[in-house]
Amino acid sequence: MGVGSFFTSRLDEAIGWARKYSIFQYPFVTACCGMEYMATACSHYDVDRFGAGLPRFSPRQADVLFVVGTISHKMAPVLKRIYEQMTEPKWVVAFGVCTCTGGFYDNYATVQGIDTIIPVDVYIPGCPPRPESVIDGLMKLQDKIAVGAQRY
Amino acid sequence: MNGAAILERLRARLGASVVETHDQHGDHTAVIERTALPAALGLCRDDSDLGFDVLMDLTAVDYQKYPGREDGPRFEVVYHLYSLRWNHRVRIKARVDEDDAVVPTAVPLWPIADWLEREVWDMFGVRFEGHPDLRRLLMYEEFVGHPLRKDYPINRRQPLIGPQI
Repeated sequence: MGVGSFFTSRLDEAIGWARKYSIFQYPFVTACCGMEYMATACSHYDVDRFGAGLPRFSPRQADVLFVVGTISHKMAPVLKRIYEQMTEPKWVVAFGVCTCTGGFYDNYATVQGIDTIIPVDVYIPGCPPRPESVIDGLMKLQDKIAVGAQRY
Repeated sequence: MNGAAILERLRARLGASVVETHDQHGDHTAVIERTALPAALGLCRDDSDLGFDVLMDLTAVDYQKYPGREDGPRFEVVYHLYSLRWNHRVRIKARVDEDDAVVPTAVPLWPIADWLEREVWDMFGVRFEGHPDLRRLLMYEEFVGHPLRKDYPINRRQPLIGPQI
């Protein structure tokens, strides 16, 4: 391993460490999972411990998109546009079983998993997921952010 | 007024336009000829003893393949009325055929009927004659068909974006 690659790998590690503790999320809340999202975000479970305590209510200032709740076909173009407005680097968390697969809404109205529209990094199943599952998903996302190749 | 008296009043005032009346578990229902609907609903709202000032719900039922009703009119449009003044309720129904699924609008009587009728049009494809703006309410404009009809295929998907399944 040359000196140059040693240098970039250490720099990647440092940037990954910084990025995983400065998650600015954009909560795209459409349904009942939002309650569980609020429980997770508030002081009892406190996502601020993981550096994700400041939701940005504009996708242009966020780097993690939390898709929280059922996405209908009518909503799908809106979600895609929100995703496209986010700046790189960006990650997507599918929060709850409706966003993962459509859940039990196997019907004419519901998108059968948001990964048919936008790429997804972490899936958190559950109807709704317990805050513990959300935090588990968040930590998995942090691991993914930390080990991935960093673009800067 | 109790339910039986409400139905009696409707029969007395509307005569032969009342196709049938029944009482199921204490919910009193009158089936009205479609052409007499504006008169019947107007009577329900304006008669001081009836006083149905609230249209609680307006919906429809598709009776296609319903046991015992295969030959009858396919749709029933259902009005749930409530009187704040008298604290009583009644249910009004009108039967319509598939090839002539049109019902007079109730918007002039209860403005809330505007969106309720748009929803029924969207889901069942029953049109409302005289409605000011009969567009889809829940589904998108590109959607083809009426999803709550019994003959809408259960697996049919019409996504706006993403893979066409």
